[in-house]
Parts: sequence; C-alpha cells; structure tokens
Amino acid sequence: MRTALRLGLGGSLLALCAGCRGWQSALDPQGPEARHLRHLIWLFTGVAALVWVLVMVVLFVAIRRRCLGSPEPVALTPPAERRATFAVGVASVATVIVLALLTAVSYRATGALGQDTEDAVNIRLRGYQWWWEATYLGPLSEATFVTANELHIPVGRPVTIDLSSDDVIHSFWVPNLAGKQDLIPGRDNRITITADHAGTYRGPCAEFCGLQHAHMSLFVIAEPPAEFDKWRDAQKQPAAAPGGDEQQAGQQIVTGTQCAACHTIRGTAAKGTVAPDLTHLASRFYLAAGELPMTRGSLAAWVADPQTIKPGNNMPQVPLTGDELRAVSAYLASLK
Amino acid sequence: MKESAVALSILVLLSGCKREERSLRLQPPVAAALNQVALMPNKIGGSPPYVLFALDHPYDKNAYQLAQGKRLWKWYGCPACHGDGSGKSGPSLVDGWWRYGPDEASIFITIRDGRPHGMPSFAGKMTTEQIWQLTGYVRAMGSDYSTAAAPGRNDDVQTRPAENRAPVALDPLLHPSEAR
Repeated sequence: MRTALRLGLGGSLLALCAGCRGWQSALDPQGPEARHLRHLIWLFTGVAALVWVLVMVVLFVAIRRRCLGSPEPVALTPPAERRATFAVGVASVATVIVLALLTAVSYRATGALGQDTEDAVNIRLRGYQWWWEATYLGPLSEATFVTANELHIPVGRPVTIDLSSDDVIHSFWVPNLAGKQDLIPGRDNRITITADHAGTYRGPCAEFCGLQHAHMSLFVIAEPPAEFDKWRDAQKQPAAAPGGDEQQAGQQIVTGTQCAACHTIRGTAAKGTVAPDLTHLASRFYLAAGELPMTRGSLAAWVADPQTIKPGNNMPQVPLTGDELRAVSAYLASLK
Repeated sequence: MKESAVALSILVLLSGCKREERSLRLQPPVAAALNQVALMPNKIGGSPPYVLFALDHPYDKNAYQLAQGKRLWKWYGCPACHGDGSGKSGPSLVDGWWRYGPDEASIFITIRDGRPHGMPSFAGKMTTEQIWQLTGYVRAMGSDYSTAAAPGRNDDVQTRPAENRAPVALDPLLHPSEAR
C-alpha cells in the first residue's frame, strides 16, 4: 500500500514536471536549441533513473540473500570469488560505456547549439550589476541602437548574442530558448537562439552576482518579422520630443541633473554610459530588470526611492521636490 | 566541566562575530546634512559635517562605501586626468601631498565645487552621498593615510600601491619628489 502511494506520488510529480509550461521552463522548448537541451534532460534523467533502479534491485537482492543466513558471510570460495570478480567487471564496463555514450551525446548536442548562420540578427549583451545592456549590431557589427533588459527577436530567424560583462560573472539563461552561457568580465562568449513561436520568454540571471542577483531578469520577446522590423525602426529613432509644459520641465530636470551623468537619452544632452539607455524607456514592459511593471507610477516610485525598491542597486536617490518628480515621471513615461 | 567551559567561551567569542553592515539607503535629511561642510575662507581645510561623526565616518571605515567609491572613480572618468591615481595631466593622489589639504572636508569640496586649473565641479553630476563615497576612496589612495577597510581588488594588473597599505613616513614640509 505504501509502495503504491509512493509510486503514485513519484509518478504524479513526473507528470507535473512534464506539464510544465510557461514563459520560463526548460521543459517547454520554443526553439531548436532548447529542444536539443530538452532531449538531453530526458535522456540523462531516463538513463540515471534506470541505473538507480538496477542498483536498488541488486542491493535489495543482496540484502535478502544476506538475511537467509550463511555461517560465514564473508568467506571467499574460489567460485564465489570468480562470480564476484565477473559481476564487478561487468558493472565497471557498463559504467564506462554508459558514461562514454552520454558524453558523446552531450558533446553532439552542445556542438549543434553554437552554429553561426548568415542572416542572423546580432546582439551584444552586456551584464551589469543588476541589469542587462543590449546593443543591436548592424551588418558590419557596428552598433545601431542600445536598449536594456528586453530583447526583441524575429520568429524563425537565428539570433547570435555576444555575451560580455562589465563587473562580475553573470549568466544568460532563457530556459524556453537556450542557456546557460556565462557573461565573464574580460572574455567574450557567444550563444545562438532561435524562437519558433511568437511569445514572451523570461530569463533570470543564472550565476550569483551580488545582492540583487534574484532581481535581474531579462525578457525575450519573439515576434513576427514584420513587427520586429517595425520595433527596430522605432528603436533607432532618437527620443520623442516632450509634449506639453510638464514633460518639457521633466526633460530639463533629467538632462540637467545627476540623471544625465549616467543615463543616455538619444537626441538630448543626457549622454551617460554606465546606466540603462532611456531613449525608449516607456516602450519596455518592465522597469529595473523586471522589478516593476512600466507605468508612470512605477517610474515615479523608482526615481523617488530606488534603494527601497531594489536595495544596493547603483542608482542613487536624487533629491527632487514633488513637482519635479511629477514632471520627471511625466517625461519618462512619454519616452515611448 | 572543562569541556563545557571551553564550548561556552567559544560560543561567547562567536557571538562577537559581526558582519560589516552596509547602509544602502541614506535618509534624505542625512544626505542634506552631509552637504554642510564649513571651510576656511581660503577654501583649504575646514570642518566636516557633524553628522559624519554621528554616522561614525562610514566613508572611511566601511568597505562597502569604499568599494562604491572605487566604482564611481571609474564611472565619473577620474582616470582621464589622474591616471591610476598616480597622476597624469591632473596631480597625483597617492603621494600624500595634497594641494588643497589632506582632510576629508577639503577633498569633498574639491570634488563638489572643483578647483582652479582643470578640476571640474561634480555637484550637478553626483549626489552628496556619491561625493562622500568618492572622497573616502580618494583619501584611502593617499600614502599619508591608511584604513583597515579595503575596497575590492582590481581585475587587471595593480600599477600602484593598494588602497589599504600602511602609510609612508612623510616629511610634511617636503614634496615627495624633493624628498627622494
């Protein structure tokens, strides 16, 4: 009865795993790279489970035989010694074969991941504590525009991502598409992803990188090629001019105070390079690497007190009056 | 009896272990008070804000604040003029010879308001807290001063003495280049 219960529990856990769907699941692959990896996951899990069951059966049999009782359990007679040697030999050879096969399969799957293709979209992704800087590259690897924390990619077209880091080691992992691949200071890595279906996929930073490691999310938005081209053309434009007095005042504050020392807003005097590009800030779905949904209220809350929302991040609290904060949030929310 | 006494004393000792505390959020009134630096009329030397004593000088003693200062040193382009700290077109900050005084108030004012012959003002580019963090880091670089706390090490080759090395014996009346 208890065995049946346990089997049932284990089985339903497995079934639950198989049912894992959603925007962050390695068991729900949305591209060829993730499918290769899912095959590996199931193959390794299956082989390991089989080996475990075999070992348990042998162990069980051995315990039972011991229980039957022999006058001298550890006495070695020549036939028993031959049998034992044979069993250990078979187990060793089987282990070597299984491990070698798994190594070969894993090597082949890894090799299939990093294939460069001609018409790939090329993105440079740089990790910072605790956000992602994405630079879309042109045909000659020149930077065309910079955005942050959100990648848009066309469905069905491979995307090569050059990974680097500014401070500590981070790791790129969008389970539905590919990963993990580390972003290492002083070393360039590359990963290729392809999305088969339109959708939004979430990727957490997968290498502990400090205080706010758990709040460093990346979003990959796969969309039909036409929509991707539209998005890309919009991102290439400089920032929208402020409409109305409030936004005008907001722009003056943003470009005239500490904000401009770290942030860039293309088309204005703000030209800092150590913080996320704000040119099309409001076109993104989330603020501060997945911390808050992008609304004017969130923007105001974030600017007013970044250290309470995401303690330890590198955005300082710039002293602003209530009116100034309203103007700044109005301006930032207009940066579509 | 003896064992339990040993165990108890180890426990007592361990309870004394403390992790350095990071103060991540500065209360706005404290930040405003930190900006109140009284200088001598010649703008060299002065008294640091009282609140700095109440906070127990975190920008000199706290490794996290020093590390943030080191980050700002790079972010705000200090190496463009001061090199690795030993000077380029701007003066050296490691030789223990300070044109406008070695005390924290003078260094803070130098960064905040700028100085003649090239040192720009960072008042509109950095917050008061950031200027204090950078002040602490710059001070830790100098050979006339040492602190037990240290910022993170460089990833690349160290080209000058570490920030937390022991202070060098200096003749206060001689510029380091003349003393040698």
